Order: sequence, then structure tokens, then C-alpha cells
Amino acid sequence: MITLDNLTKIFNTSMGPVTAADRVCMEVAEGEVCVLLGPSGCGKTTTLKMVNRLIEKTSGKILVGGRDTDTIDAVELRRTMGYVIQQIGLFPNMTVEENIGVVPRMLGWDSQRIRKRAVELLEMMALSPAVFLRRYPRELSGGQQQRVGVARALAADPPVLIMDEPFGAIDPINREVIQDEFLKMQQTLRKTILFVSHDIDEAVKMADKIAIFRGGKLEQFDSPDNVLAHPANSFIADFVGGDRTLKRLRLLKVRDVLNADSPSVRADESLDIAVRRMHEHDQGHIVVTDQDGRPTGCVLLADAVGRHGAAGDHARALPSPVRLDADLRGAVSSMFTHDAEWLPCVDEAGIFRGQITQRGITHRLGDTYRAAAHAAAVPADDGRPVAPQHFRGAAE
Amino acid sequence: MKTALAARYVPRFIPLPPLLPALAAAALFGLGVLVHATGLVDELASRWEDITFLSQQHMELVAISGGLAILCGVPFGILLTRPAVRRMAENAMQVLNIGSTIPTLAILALSMSVLGIGERPAIFALWAATLLPIVRNTYTGILEVPRHLIEAATGMGMTPLQILLRVEIPNALYVMFAGIRTALAVNVGTVPLAFLIGGGGLGELIFTGIDLNEPGMMLSGAIPTATLAVLTDLVVALVARFVVSRGVMPGDR
Repeated sequence: MITLDNLTKIFNTSMGPVTAADRVCMEVAEGEVCVLLGPSGCGKTTTLKMVNRLIEKTSGKILVGGRDTDTIDAVELRRTMGYVIQQIGLFPNMTVEENIGVVPRMLGWDSQRIRKRAVELLEMMALSPAVFLRRYPRELSGGQQQRVGVARALAADPPVLIMDEPFGAIDPINREVIQDEFLKMQQTLRKTILFVSHDIDEAVKMADKIAIFRGGKLEQFDSPDNVLAHPANSFIADFVGGDRTLKRLRLLKVRDVLNADSPSVRADESLDIAVRRMHEHDQGHIVVTDQDGRPTGCVLLADAVGRHGAAGDHARALPSPVRLDADLRGAVSSMFTHDAEWLPCVDEAGIFRGQITQRGITHRLGDTYRAAAHAAAVPADDGRPVAPQHFRGAAE
Repeated sequence: MKTALAARYVPRFIPLPPLLPALAAAALFGLGVLVHATGLVDELASRWEDITFLSQQHMELVAISGGLAILCGVPFGILLTRPAVRRMAENAMQVLNIGSTIPTLAILALSMSVLGIGERPAIFALWAATLLPIVRNTYTGILEVPRHLIEAATGMGMTPLQILLRVEIPNALYVMFAGIRTALAVNVGTVPLAFLIGGGGLGELIFTGIDLNEPGMMLSGAIPTATLAVLTDLVVALVARFVVSRGVMPGDR
């Protein structure tokens, strides 16, 4: 959808020429969120603004939807791309409705269609149209303003969104909320999004692909998990942080590390059955469920040996169950909180589906390292080690 | 809120605080009592015909010179903000600033020496005296529109003309109107001087009253002048209230 080919920008300053973007090559597929990440002055914003031609490139090519952007009038081009900036930039003289209607109006929509679209978008942003359509930007909170900013960018339903640190000026709590809303929206809208950020956590959360810049060069262009697991060089390793493996937890769901083959026993079944199942699975505990399969407690092997009766009568309190679609970071946090080595997992209906264990999680996180070590040890066809196979970037 | 805070430091005059009209009315009433006591009411009444005629003439001068100043000053101020001439803009503003230090009376005198006696030199001098605040406020008003608004507008695919008409001017209007207000207030107050070069207006009563040592006559020129200044100010404020977007108007929250 968006292809950057040897994109270069050289600014002529009083201090001499400065290369803000140096032969940047990357490709963002349709429906993907690509986060341009890096410290300030690394060229990420310059690269972004060259895409909608707020900054004219020095050399190289930009293709959007297969078309060379040089062949499109800059004004036309920009109307096909939603643009969101950190300062939000809602026009103070216009109401929310007028702000959202800016691009549609330029595209010649009639006022009824604009109104309908504004209502639709405000509803999507969880802002009541009846309240907000006629408001002016200064009557909104920062978070509300940025929601309207996103709505405005989406107004004419452009296939591409260009976002320059869109959530950077919002307080951390609201930022999380807006990011979540935005991700949920993106799941249905499937826009192709270029997104500048300097926050690795935000990048990991939002991105399908992360492009890390330094000094105008694209250092690594890869999935968030690979950037975290296999940083291409020490700069990136430092930038993504010493706790990068922990950050990967956010990329995984509970279901990714679920051990579905975990025994359970109904509360009214006998302790003997529970003990037998524990032996079968070679584990020291078993989850006790009610008639419907909801976990209610657990029986430890040590408690059960030599006793009789129903399993439910010997059950202990259960570590709090986690949902299958919860992110793993929260689950691990919960494990640490409860000093638990395992947690029962439930589906949407609360039915027991298996368990996650600390060992299972560390094993899963380690997979990629073992694969990389294995690949490095086995030479590829051309004789070069193919170690982390996903490196692409300025080095090429 | 940041915007509200910023707004607080802008002199608020358009949304009149309710106290102000009440105070004005009280002051006017007090003045009326005073005036009656001195027999001024009779004085004013006896000159009513002169007053209305001269007031009309007075306001004609204001309308023509002020109107021309707005017609010239606003486009000129806008022109100065365009990228093509922005480099020269500061110099142009300097020239205007220096020009504004010339006393109005001197401008009138100069104007008379070139254009002779009558309405025309008066209008020219008033126009010149009124131009500066309009140009300056238009210029700074537009320059003060935050950069990121222009960037957002550009990024959304607005043409430079659309940005000027839909973003820059509407957001600068409040400041521009402040300039127009100042300019017209100065204008109304300066018109009496136009009498000195044969321009007419309420100056006729004021200066003749001074010359003849007739306070009654002088006041029947001065009081209407003051009233007209206040009324003009109110009218401009009212117009601004309708023209300037509520989202840009400070202190309206």
C-alpha cells in the first residue's frame, strides 16, 4: 500500500547540509499499522511528512496504492490521507461538526451528508453527537479533542492515515484508553496507518510493524515481537530497553501459552478420581469446577493423599482465573501478585479451559531465541548465516 | 484549561460584563443631573439643530475615513503576512509605527498644505491616523494563529487561499476587530480637529465655544462627540459579536 524506495531528504541549513532521511526503504501492507520510532531528530517525522508532501523529498520514490506520489497534485494527495498531529490542530473557529466536515466539504459533499458522517464518527468515538456536534474545540477536554481529531482525519474515509505522535500530548491514563479505542476501531476499519512515536510501549501496543530510525537511517523494520526479541544492533537493544523480553508479554495473549490439556475435577466427584488425574498429568494440583465447568477452587496432591470424600470438600481457594483473550502481561502480573506458579484460564462464559504456568510462559518467550540460535548454527543455501531472518533496513 | 487561562489575559470588551452598562447608565444619569443644574440642557436644546447637523457631518467623516482605512488596512495587513512579502513585513510595520508617532494635528497640517482646505484633506488625515492600528492588528492577529493549525490545514489538503479564508482570518478576527475598535475610537475623537482645516464636524461647536469663551457651546460639541465615540465602540463590539466565531471569542465560557 505504501512503499518508500530510497527516500532521502537533505536539508540545507546554515550549518551545512543535514541528512534527515537517508535512503529509507520500507513497505507497509494494506491495513497495517506501521510505527516510525526513534529518538528526537532521528528522521521519523521528516519521513512521515514526506509521504503527504508537507516536506518535499530530495530523492527517492514514494508509492501509495501503487501510484507514484510525484504524479499526484500535493493538495489532491493530502485529501486522500487523514492527518493527525500531536497538537491536534482542531480549528478553534469551527464547531466539532465543522471541523469534521473540513475535508468532505472540500470534496464537495452536501451538508446533510457531512452531518450524517459527523454523527456516525462521533458515535464511533464514543462522543454523544447531541452534545458534541455544536461544541467548539475549547469546550472539550484534551482527550475529547484528540478523538475529534481522529474523527476529522477519518471523515472522508481515506485509505491512509498519517499520524504524528497523535497521543503524545494526552495524559498517560487517557492515552491508554484512547489507544485501546483506536485499536478496536482499526480492527474494523483496517486503514493503512503510518504513526510516529518516540514511545516504545506505544509502538509495541499499536504496531503491526515497527520502523526504528537513528540519524536519518532506518535501522530495523520488523514486527514488534522481532524488534524486541532480536534487536538488530546495540542501539536498538538500548532503545527498546533492558526489559524488552517483558515487553513482549504484551504482544501475547493468554491463549498463546495455554496448556489446554490440564486436568479438572467436578466438585462432586471423589477425591480418588482427582488424585488419579493428578498422577496422570504428573502435577501437584487440580482445578475443581462446578457442574457447568466454572472453576471454584483447587485440590493439592499433598492435601488429598490418604483422604476420602468429594473433591469439593477439600478444595482450597483458587488463584484468580484469567480470560483467554487477556494480554499476558496482566496475567503474569497477577501471577506475581498471588505468588502463583500457575493460573486457571476461563473463556468468555467463565468455563475452565486449561491453565498457564510460569514455565510455559518462559518457554514460549524463549522459542524465538532457540529458533534463531538454530538458524545461525545451520548455514543457509548461500552459505551465509540467516540468523534473525527478518532484518531489513538501511544496511541494505 | 490552558485556553481559558490564556483568554483571561486578553482584554475582554465584547461580551460586556453586566456591571458595565449599569455603571454607564448611572454615570449618565449623574451627568444629566449635573448638566441640568448648570442649565446645560437648555443650552443643548437651543442648539439641537446645529448638533444634529454637525453630528451627521461628523459621522460622515468617520464613516468615510474609517471605512477607507478598514478597506485599505485589512487587505494590507493580510498581504504583509503572505510568505512572499513576509520578509519585508517587519520593515513595513516599522515605517507604519514611525508614521503613527506623528501627531494627528501635524498630519492635518501637512495634509492641508498639500490638499488644501475642506473635507478631502480632513478625510485623508483621518484615514492616515486610523490606518496603523488596523494594519497592525490584522498583521499580528494572523501571525499569531498557531503554526500547528496551518500545518493541520495544509496536511488536510487545503489550498493556501482556503487556509487564509477558513483558518487564518476567522481565527484572527477577534484581534482584527480590536484594532478596528481602537482605530474608530481614535477617529471619532480626532474628527473635531478636522474643523481646523475646514473639514466640519462637531469641532465647530467645540472650537468656536473655546474661542468665544462660551462653555455651553463648547460642551454642546464635546458631549455629543463623547457620546458618538461610545456609540461607535458599542456598534463595532456588536458587529464583532456576530462576526467572530464563538470558539475564538475569549472569556465566553
